[in-house]
Amino acid sequence: MKILVCIKQVPDMESKFKINGEGLWYEEANLAWRINEYDEYAIEQAVQVKEQVGEAEITVLSVGPERVREAMKKALAMGCDRGVQIACDDPWRRDSFEIASLIAEYAAKESFDLIFTGMQSQDRGSAQVGTLLGEMLGAPVLTTVVDFSWDGTKITARRELEGGMKGVVRTPLPAVVTCQLGLNTPRYPTLPNIMKAKKKEIVSLPVADLAGVEGRLATEKTAFPEKKGSGLVLEGEPREMAGQLLGILRLKTKVL
Amino acid sequence: MKALLVAECRGGEFLESSYELAGFAAALGAESVMFCMGGDAPPAFAGTLYQADAAVCGEFNPALHKALLLQVIDREKPDLVVFCHSSYGWDLAPRLALALKAGQVSEVVALAEGGYVVPACNSKLRRTVRPSTALTVVTLQSGAFPPLKEEGAAPPIISLAPPATEGGMEFLGYEAAEIGEVDLSRAEVIVSAGRGIGKKENISLIADLARAMGGELGASRPVVDAGWAPHDRQVGSTGQAVSPKLYMACGISGAVQHLMGMKKSDFIVAINSDRDAPIGEVADVLVVADLKEFVPALIAQLQV
Repeated sequence: MKILVCIKQVPDMESKFKINGEGLWYEEANLAWRINEYDEYAIEQAVQVKEQVGEAEITVLSVGPERVREAMKKALAMGCDRGVQIACDDPWRRDSFEIASLIAEYAAKESFDLIFTGMQSQDRGSAQVGTLLGEMLGAPVLTTVVDFSWDGTKITARRELEGGMKGVVRTPLPAVVTCQLGLNTPRYPTLPNIMKAKKKEIVSLPVADLAGVEGRLATEKTAFPEKKGSGLVLEGEPREMAGQLLGILRLKTKVL
Repeated sequence: MKALLVAECRGGEFLESSYELAGFAAALGAESVMFCMGGDAPPAFAGTLYQADAAVCGEFNPALHKALLLQVIDREKPDLVVFCHSSYGWDLAPRLALALKAGQVSEVVALAEGGYVVPACNSKLRRTVRPSTALTVVTLQSGAFPPLKEEGAAPPIISLAPPATEGGMEFLGYEAAEIGEVDLSRAEVIVSAGRGIGKKENISLIADLARAMGGELGASRPVVDAGWAPHDRQVGSTGQAVSPKLYMACGISGAVQHLMGMKKSDFIVAINSDRDAPIGEVADVLVVADLKEFVPALIAQLQV
């Protein structure tokens, strides 16, 4: 079985973001980068399928600059077999349609049986790339998956709906699965696996070789949300703030 | 401008969130028509409603629903197709956008002179985007646009015949939410733990505060996913919706899915080390503090 996992590298969301010089996205300097959280579930699910079927090869793919190789190394240490970097210095300039087109251009030649992606990225959050990729490849796409099983013939998956409900869907391969948080428990790479991952291949493909479409959205600006500032902000010494807060709660609510 | 609003049904019931689509169209001053797969009772909507038989087409069947929508679009020639940013909407919208060669804007929170404003980085940033295509597909963040119900006569309904499309995907049905022992919707005070508590051991600190406040322990999704709290404690769009007299969010940054579940609370206190955390936008009081220092101080004073 040939499995593809698409991952994105994103900044730590706790970061203090700054807007870049063009005013179009965040400034990339001085950020701590990690694997998009949703994609960690995608990696783990791919590795679990490989453990189940035995004969499988997992390719992990990421679109981005040199630094995304670090994210791919972690994926290799978690159990992926080889990496493919679509080398691109400013992926944030491309919309979801362009990114999905790049990946589809690569994936169409490789004939993957199963493709996992996160359901969305933590920074853009458009929840489009996985679905577009599947549609471009003509494969069924199961989105927002929180439970996955493979019985040798078909996938059965639970999609998470609002209010804790689930929708159960089944499809044969090839298929694309977009992973929601909570699908599994992503493993930590062990030291021996980190060492083994160093020997695994990461191929770099120039973005120009795959790019052939124009984006359909342009970013006009990126800014901080306007602060409504209606709430009260307490800062200072914990004991003092605790007293202040209790005073406010006694005045404004009737619960104490 | 004409908008096609893609409403949602579940189990034959028209979902209230669909009225936000009509509110959005009104904000744009757009003429609108609506599509809904099934639905036993017609919605309170002033325009034409396109409907297909859910028993035949399935409530979830992306390929078939896409084919039906393409029929409606061919007939109505809208400038805009509008979905809720929901498990149904974000699943179907990209499929339709690709088929239409249309640009898609996800999770719109506001309009900006022809552009659309969308959140980025857990709502810490706002991006304004503009599609370059004539026809655009958008999904709306839940709660971003006020719902619009147009009372009066039932809308004229045009029934759509099911197209001969095989989806390649079988829908096996719904599973109800797991029912736990805790009904947070009845609690007067809820003290919720978020990822900011750092580790599983710290959940007891938040539980102690909940007890000292005479309330129930709640949790955000990452805390439940990590196994630090059971699912019946989860507050948010995929957990329970709550509206207590007091909601205390401890170490919760304020992802929109969480806000959806708790912003109707009467009084909201957020305790967070990040002064810029989006939870500050809905909080009546934001305490900027390290939980490990502040919560024990608060418990101590409650016990005096």
